[in-house]
Amino acid sequence: MNYKAITAIAALLALPMSAQAGPDDDKLVINEEIEMVTKTAAPAHLQDAMDEIMSGWHFRSDETQVMEADDFDNPGMVFVEKALGAWETADGSEGKSCADCHGAAEDMAGVKATYPKWNDEAGEVRTLQMQVNACRTERMGAEAWKYDAGAAIEMEALLSSVSRGLPVNVAIDGPAQATWEKGKELYYTRTGQLDLSCASCHEENYGNMIRADHLSQGQINGFPAYRLKNAKLNGVHSRFKGCIRDTRAETYSPGSDEFVALELYVTSRGNGLSVEGPSVRN
Amino acid sequence: MASGVKPRVKVPKSAAAGEAITIKTLISHKMESGQRKDKEGNVIPRSIINRFTCEFNGQMVVDVTMEPAISTNPYFQFDATVPEAGDFKFTWYDDDGSVYDETKSVAIA
Repeated sequence: MNYKAITAIAALLALPMSAQAGPDDDKLVINEEIEMVTKTAAPAHLQDAMDEIMSGWHFRSDETQVMEADDFDNPGMVFVEKALGAWETADGSEGKSCADCHGAAEDMAGVKATYPKWNDEAGEVRTLQMQVNACRTERMGAEAWKYDAGAAIEMEALLSSVSRGLPVNVAIDGPAQATWEKGKELYYTRTGQLDLSCASCHEENYGNMIRADHLSQGQINGFPAYRLKNAKLNGVHSRFKGCIRDTRAETYSPGSDEFVALELYVTSRGNGLSVEGPSVRN
Repeated sequence: MASGVKPRVKVPKSAAAGEAITIKTLISHKMESGQRKDKEGNVIPRSIINRFTCEFNGQMVVDVTMEPAISTNPYFQFDATVPEAGDFKFTWYDDDGSVYDETKSVAIA
């Protein structure tokens, strides 16, 4: 092969490298009503690592982005409606429903934004799903839902949907600090045969391609997320598990102490972004 | 019998006479293809919505035959011209014989 042919091939190979892999500057308004904060200044604890935090929404294609802008087009809202049925239905030995104590689901606006959260009585940091299950077992006399499975993730999506547009604001100091530190350590710990930490991809390489996909900052303000690849709502612990599995490591289980700590830490990296769940991702 | 089936439709409440409006429809349905097997290796029977129609004042607007390759919660979006005030009637036909329908009225603005 002569020199010219080689240069021509090199030029062809170079072309795809110029493809845009970074975040775009689109604006997200849901139902022509809720203006979402999808880019903002990084919270204080993160300022050494990055200046600006961005929702994963910015890293998706226009076609996927637009699905989230209207509740009718957002397939995740089908599951929210299902949870609304569960919200109003009595369950367990006490014959109580969520609505009997809490009123309308809309009255729970703002709750999702503060979870995971320290619970004084239990002396632990609880995720929203843990709190829902505490309600079910202690107040309703019902069985706990399986973590990140059907009913639990739908309820989380309902509670998230009524908080959309409000800023994520989890507490990382006080009694929650120890759990937060543990989560931070997990975030920066390399695992698996591929020897990758969360930070290797989502802090050092967001905006670059990982094989054929765009690497986001790994923000979880949009969870539960409806993924087009599996046509269902995905919980954040299941996503953690998927990522750790991809490093070829043994993973923790959804609902484990490790993932609760990691959820608190990763949520705190998005303090200031709007609650977005149920979001639409690929 | 498929469970959790619920039709949803989004139609503007009013339109100008002769205006083309966008209609969005979605029915929550598992759309079991009939190609999959369960843990014991038995074929899971096909259970899909096999036909979707939209009529306006008794006149057919769209009539769609649906096949097993269509994924869960089928979504249709189409445009329709509204010549006069009236009712859009949407009908979904299930493999198990169930028929689900929904009606939306459009006024002339």
